[in-house]
Parts: sequence; structure tokens; C-alpha cells
Amino acid sequence: MTQPAARQPVAIVGWARTPMLRRTDKTEAHLLFDVVTGATEDAGITRADVDFSCAGSCDYVAGQAFSFVQNIDAVGAWPPKRDSHVEMDGAWALYEAWVRLQLGDIDVAIAMGSGRSSTADPATIYPMEMDPYYLAPLGADALTFAALQARVLLDAGLVTERQLAEVAARTRGDARTNPYAQVSGEYDVDALLEEEYVRAPLRRHDLAPITDGAAAVVIARGDRARELTDHPVWITGFAHSAEAHQPGVRDLRTSASARRAAKAAGADTAPIEVAELQTAFTHEEPLLAAALGLGPEVALNPSGGPLAANPVMATGLIRVIEAAQQIRDHGTQRALAHATSGPCLQQNLVAVLEGDR
Amino acid sequence: MSAGPCAIVGIGQTDHKTRRWDVSLGGLVREAATRALEDAQLTWADIDAVVLGKAPDLFEGVMKPELYLTDALGAAGKPMFRVHTAGSVGGTTGIVASHLVEAGIHRNVLAVAYQKQSEGNAQFALGSGKGASLGAGGAFAPYMRSYIQQTGAPADIGPMVAVKDRLNALKNPYAHLRLADISIEKVKASPMMWEPVRYLESCPSSDGACAVVFTDEEGGRAAASDGRPPAWVLASAVRSEPASFPGRDPVWSQGAADCAADVYRAAGLTRPREQIDCAELYVPFSWYEPMWLEAHDLADRGEGWKMVERGDTALDGAFPVNMSGGVLSSNPIGASGLLRFAEAALQVRGMAGEHQVDGAKVALAQAYGASAQYFSMWVVAGSLDAVG
Repeated sequence: MTQPAARQPVAIVGWARTPMLRRTDKTEAHLLFDVVTGATEDAGITRADVDFSCAGSCDYVAGQAFSFVQNIDAVGAWPPKRDSHVEMDGAWALYEAWVRLQLGDIDVAIAMGSGRSSTADPATIYPMEMDPYYLAPLGADALTFAALQARVLLDAGLVTERQLAEVAARTRGDARTNPYAQVSGEYDVDALLEEEYVRAPLRRHDLAPITDGAAAVVIARGDRARELTDHPVWITGFAHSAEAHQPGVRDLRTSASARRAAKAAGADTAPIEVAELQTAFTHEEPLLAAALGLGPEVALNPSGGPLAANPVMATGLIRVIEAAQQIRDHGTQRALAHATSGPCLQQNLVAVLEGDR
Repeated sequence: MSAGPCAIVGIGQTDHKTRRWDVSLGGLVREAATRALEDAQLTWADIDAVVLGKAPDLFEGVMKPELYLTDALGAAGKPMFRVHTAGSVGGTTGIVASHLVEAGIHRNVLAVAYQKQSEGNAQFALGSGKGASLGAGGAFAPYMRSYIQQTGAPADIGPMVAVKDRLNALKNPYAHLRLADISIEKVKASPMMWEPVRYLESCPSSDGACAVVFTDEEGGRAAASDGRPPAWVLASAVRSEPASFPGRDPVWSQGAADCAADVYRAAGLTRPREQIDCAELYVPFSWYEPMWLEAHDLADRGEGWKMVERGDTALDGAFPVNMSGGVLSSNPIGASGLLRFAEAALQVRGMAGEHQVDGAKVALAQAYGASAQYFSMWVVAGSLDAVG
């Protein structure tokens, strides 16, 4: 893998999120309309100033083929716009937008992510993202595979159930100050551990909520970014990596692909102060922190993370927003954002964000 | 532009058929990818990243199949990226892969696009299982009728395109439909599907995949000096516009015009009609050949059908179109765009076999999707200075 450090400087200059709700009756296009308006306003531009747009969404989550086609209405693609779509989390849409700006001929791009998980039953949908011949017929959903991985960590002595409950209590405690949190509050770890398993060894507090929501991020190149804001958040490293699909052939105690992505993004070249990780399950936090080389000095998911709100297909992009917000609004100098896809963290993406020095 | 050149050094495609029940989804994409790697004389280990494209996951019933196909495509340990821009997706897949090379992020990138239509029911999936789908033919028929009405094109133009593409397909060993006894009369005698499109003017449903290996300038020059001609991506462009709103012209759409203008300008083509030697255009229904010639400014308005009538778009004509047989002869939907892009590259590499256009140096490829509202195009050439 090649990932030279010197690139076109590209910065995050604006963003927006919808309220994070258990269920909304707004369409994805409507959710996206709101965040495209919000993110462009935040960047001090209009839709007409956006040279390239890229959306991330999933037909199976939407329950409709070509579901993203309606979402183009949110972008305002008239006159027609340079535009793309990934059947991945919005964090990968941001990656494509970042690559597009690297070509150097255009200056401003918007990346979006949207999902309404409330409209379907995750236990029905997620087995279909598995190998259709050997794994999908088992009917095992994302929760089952997560439970398997949590069991591996417990058996290896890398975590305890108490530590997992502590992650839940800490992140949802932190989420109390996050206006976009869907689940937050004060939790007693002993009480949490009294609860029944949902799927052993995971309890309800170990799981992310079901959330409807969308997010958008505006990025701009070099001088244009500086023109647009006094507080650009520079993307100084950006990479992703996959590993084998079949969890049985992987070492589930760690995440080799997350480690590779972090290395390729140059995360280890200077201290990280804050990390926003796409941890839809409590046990993924210690696992990813170790794989990404994040020590106890790094603040993990101060927003509450996906355990506080999990709008699938936008959850990863929101990690980027939360990390960028730490830099723009809270004085953090260097932050890491992480996104993931697939069973047991099969694919991982890392963005390194830095403030203007 | 700070972007560097990008060369195509490997192209592979499957044998396209109604049902490829001899291979799994993984086997299908691997057949195309293996052929592309052999052509490029590279191994799986040489590939730095994989870009996968396909149309809706509901067509095969596998959600986010890039996860499962990571293994078959040698992407474990590498970035695996998934694109979906409706029917234009195959083209966009190639473009996204070329950008990774042009931006200097990766040296060797493998683009793969596929559809295995026999695994599901596209008509059912298009209606999201609600049984309300018009199908693509039904959706595009009003646009074709509008074209005919506004240009006064004679009724035989559609059948002429169908015959031409099907005869071209006989020269393409990978093509799905092989109708040796095709004739205008036969096309006109076939059942009317969606006025004005008859059965033999429509694309088939295919299982198939296409793969393209992209490399940087050094890799392209190394292949050239080794006697393996590369195709250089001179320019690419994409455009999207909303499906419908008052005032939209879905026949000569603004998106189609803008996308073409962008790609011609970026490739340095000031007189595209003369400077382009041949084109692979996404023509799933016969009438789309003259429509795209006009919408992409390769013919004046109302003149596209005359190019067809004169035989300009035939393999030996003044402006050959769909030398491979096109989408009318093979339509693994998600792969169809990348097949257009790959066939254009084969032409400028001089490797198109029996359907080679003599001396092709500059070729155009196009794909479109949804309600004729997503466009992807590229211009490839046998050398970086092919456009004088």
C-alpha cells in the first residue's frame, strides 16, 4: 500500500447533522436536504458553490433499489453536478470526495451519509451482507457476530464484562452534553451488570440504539478552505483497509485492517488527543483503541459515540464531524476519526484531522 | 491539475450469458479479474487497491457484496471501495479507480464491475418487491417517443441500430447474444415491448463481469516498452441531475451535454466529432444510439439518426459506435458501463480483435443511469499526445 504524506491540503470547513431519532417520518432525501443546507450554511457557501458531491447510503437499509437516486434532490444538482454515490458509510463518501479534490481542478466538495434503520428489522437485513453461500444461510446477524467477537476478547482475558459496562456508562454519561445524542444518562455499572443478556455476552447496554439520521460535511482545498473559514480542520491523513470476510479465518482479538489504515493515514506520527471510533458495541472500543495504538491519554468518543446515536450509513461520517468539532470548537490540535463496515469490523477507515497551527 | 497520467494495462471480461450457473458471484468477478491481471502481467500482490461497482444489491440479494467479495478479489489487506451510481456505475467505477492513480494515492488499482442477473429478478427488485416497476424499457420509452416525434426520425432507425450492434456482437467472443440471422425485417417482426421498442431492439439480462487494471505513468510506459500497448485515460467526467422537474429535457439533457463538454475540454478535444475515432455508448434500447450522439454533441440535433441511416456508426463507418455489440448484446447491468470503458480502451490498444476499428487512436466511452440522469464518460488514447 502506498500512501505518501504530501498531498493537496484539504480541510473540513462545515458540517451538519439531523436530530438523531429512534424514528422519523422524514424521507432520506428530506433528511439530506436539511443537512446539505446546514453544512453549506456552516461553510458560508451555497449549493451552487459545491463542485462535487458524494453520498453514502444503502438500498437494503432503505428497503428500495436505487434509493439514492431520490436523494440527489437534496444536493440541488441543477445545473447538473459532478456527483457520485457509494453503497458504504458516508465516511467513504468523504474519502471519495477527498480523492476527487486531490486532482486539483476543483475546490469544494460535499460528502453525505444517510440511513433510516427504523423502517426495517436489522435481524432480517444483516444476515444478507454475509457470504451468500456459506454464512448468510446461518441467519446470523451483526449482533451475533459481534457477540462472537466479544466472547473471543473475554476468553482471551483482554476485557471483562465489567469493563464493557464501564464503557457503556462512560460514553452515555459523556453523551449528556451532546445535543445529538439519542441515548444518554447516568448509569450504575453494577446495575447494568444485573441485566439479562441480549445475546451473550452482550447486554442491552453493550449495543448501539436504532437511529434515523443523516450528516453532511463540506471540504475545501488549500486557499479556498482558508478563504471560507478561520478555523479549517485539515485532513492530514486518510486511508482505509479491508480484511478477509469470513470471521473464522481472522484473529478476532484485534483488527489488522484498522491498524493498517491508521498506519497508512500516518496516525502514529504525532500524538492523538481525541478519537471518535465507530463502536456500535462496547467491546469494540478497547479492541480498536489497542489496534489503533491509542493509549489511556486519548479521549475516546467524548460525544458518546455510536452507543449514543447510530444512524447506520452516517455513523462513520459523524465520527469525522465529532472529531472535527473537537478541533474547531474545543481546542484539540490533532484527532482521529474511525469508521467501519462488515461483520466483526471487516473494513476500517481512519482519518487524521488537525487544526491550523 | 496536479494529477498524473493514468494508464490501462489490463482488461478482462467474462463470457456473458443469461445464466452463469457454473460460477458463484466470487467466481464470476474472479474470472474477469484474473483475465485482466494476465493481460497486465501482474499478480494479485501487485494490486494496491480494489474498486468494486455494481447496480442494486437487491438484484442478487446480497447486501454490500464488497464485504464477501473482498476475498475473491484479493482485497484482504487492501482498501476495498464500493461504488453505486445506477446504470452509470460501471463507468464511475473505472473513473474512481483512475482517480486513485492520478492522485498518486495508489500505483496499481483494480476496478471490477459485475451483475449476476440470473440470481434474482431485476423487474421485481426495481419495484422494491412492491410489484410497481415499469422496468427500464417502460421508463425510457417516452423519451424515445419524444425523440422520434421531435426529430421526425423514420421508424427503421431503431431496427437498424439493433441489426448493426448484433452483427458487431458476432465478432466479439465474449458477447452474450449471438443472432447470426438478424435482419431489419426480423427485428420489425419481433413483439412490441414498449412502443417504439421491440423485443429485438432491447438489451438482454446477462450474468457477467468486467475488470480493468490501472497503473501510473511509469507502469504504462513500462508496458509500452515491453510491447504491451497501454491505453491512456486522457480525461473523465461525471454529471448527475434530478430525475424530474418542470422544464427538464430528458432527451437532450443538460447533464449529458455538460458531461460531454467537460470530458472533451479536459481531453483537449476541440473538434470531438473529427478527433474521436470510435465510441462505446450505453445503448440498452436501440433508439438511444442516435439520442446519445446528439445529446453528447457528436451530431447536431436531429442529425444523429441520419448518421445511423448513412451507416456512419457501423464498424467500417465514419464514426463507429458500439463495435463490441454494446449493451444490446450483453447487459450485466453493473458491468455494462465498465465494459463500454474497457472496449474503448481495447480499441486504442489495437486489441479489439475482429471488432477492431483500423487505426483507432482516440476512443470515447459513456454510461448512463437511472432516469437518464447519471452520466459517466471518458476519453482514452493510445498515447498521451494522441490529440494534436
